[in-house]
Amino acid sequence: MISDTLNTAGAIAKGMATTLKELFQPTITEDYPFEPPNFEGRFRGVHVLQRDANGLEKCVACFLCAAACPSNCIYIEATENTGDNRVSAGDRYAKVYNIDYNRCIFCGYCVEACPTDAITHGHDFEIASYETGTLVYRKEQLLAKEPQGAPAK
Amino acid sequence: MTEAETVYRPHPEDHTFLDSNEIVINMGPQHPSTHGVLRVVLRLDGEKIIGSECVIGYLHRGVEKIAENRTYVQFNPYVDRMDYAAAVSNSLGYCEAIEKIMSVVAPPRAQYVRVILTELNRIASHLLWLGTHALDIGALTPLFYCFREREEILKIFENYCGARLTTHSFRIGGLQYETYDGFEKQVNVFCDDFLHKVDEYETLLTGNRIWLQRTKGIGVISAEDCIQYGVTGPVLRGSGVKWDIRKAMPYCCYPDFEFDIPTGQNGDTFDRYIVRMEEMRQAVRIIKQAVAKIPDGPIMAKIPKVIKPPVGEIYHSIEAPKGELGYLVVSDNSTQPYRVRVRPPSFVNLSALDIMIRGHLVADVVAVIGTIDIVLGEVDR
Repeated sequence: MISDTLNTAGAIAKGMATTLKELFQPTITEDYPFEPPNFEGRFRGVHVLQRDANGLEKCVACFLCAAACPSNCIYIEATENTGDNRVSAGDRYAKVYNIDYNRCIFCGYCVEACPTDAITHGHDFEIASYETGTLVYRKEQLLAKEPQGAPAK
Repeated sequence: MTEAETVYRPHPEDHTFLDSNEIVINMGPQHPSTHGVLRVVLRLDGEKIIGSECVIGYLHRGVEKIAENRTYVQFNPYVDRMDYAAAVSNSLGYCEAIEKIMSVVAPPRAQYVRVILTELNRIASHLLWLGTHALDIGALTPLFYCFREREEILKIFENYCGARLTTHSFRIGGLQYETYDGFEKQVNVFCDDFLHKVDEYETLLTGNRIWLQRTKGIGVISAEDCIQYGVTGPVLRGSGVKWDIRKAMPYCCYPDFEFDIPTGQNGDTFDRYIVRMEEMRQAVRIIKQAVAKIPDGPIMAKIPKVIKPPVGEIYHSIEAPKGELGYLVVSDNSTQPYRVRVRPPSFVNLSALDIMIRGHLVADVVAVIGTIDIVLGEVDR
């Protein structure tokens, strides 16, 4: 009976000592909504459609990303580049490039499939929405900014 | 037969006191201690459980059917979503099953990286289990410490493959990503640190009187019953059966490593706790050996661009954190599997819930569900 009580008291004291020790450890939590979270370099977030050094779109509308996608969330409409309307460096460019983030599972297959490194994963992740319609991202939302010093079109 | 008759059927051996006061209550699907959307229909005599039935399917997504409409490669990310607490293990099982049916072997470097990540995932899964299980029983503190260490593992995953939970880290034939600079060092630092942390968790729980009273003698299952029900993993080992797929039917490069299989004697909740704590230490032991002798070389075997396995079927199972995870893949030499059947450890282990909780109190159901360590994503698929 007495040893039982002592054991119990000892176990509680041991646990409390651990808690007390941890009290003086530095804080490791992130203050996320108030401070930006830390991501590692390879983090797979919302896609970014890249441009080349001249500001042209890298995407040549080859449909490989749409074919690789396990959840069929990429929709592309391709059009030919013409002399006075050159959008990409290849023959064709994506007139419409939609990614449906209702369906996207961020697996990274589209990025691996892309032969021109046009589609990449960015670090953006805050895409929650009350309306599913707003989750279909269009090309204009996905495109990277034009690089500085790019020739005017 | 109506639903009421199928669900609330009386058990002939059970009698309530004076055959009265039998209450039927639903625990879940919104109950926080059922770890997801599990509904347990409990038949009670006062507070004593005289029968139970699990109602599952609230998280059913038809993963096996999806597999039949995707190519072998495309289905790979979907397996991560079954046991989302141990996505890396799911991926390992699936990739190895397809490699087996194609008669391809992943290069040694890929296999070592796979072992390191899978064992890290085992620790992460057990940490999630420990934190929530202790929280269910009433110990709030371990949760914070467990999640602190789990965060470090998830950082390693994020650094390696870009995601924390649904990692999609392995590919059929090897790996997609080469390890990042400082991978070995980060894993080693974590391992050295982690052994002290496991001791720390034990100071909080192992000797604690409340913990002992809530876990000792609760949810006892004998070794025979475990085998009868097909229960695997730490639940089986807690009942004293030394059965681990990593030793019994070695896969990947596990024969290269030395490790022990911890077992319990009584088959109660406390023994399963001890087994899992020891498993975390053994996982650290495997990781340290793997990091020490990780070979150089390619990370991807030579596989065709379009995967068309020969006609046939294969069953491949691995030791996931929760038990035996098996994949039965039937191929008809097309680009899509004819059938993929998953043998999920959580689902099979859950079937033993009824015999584990009979005669106990309602509060013990919480402890027993916690100790089985189910993930409903895997139970319902």
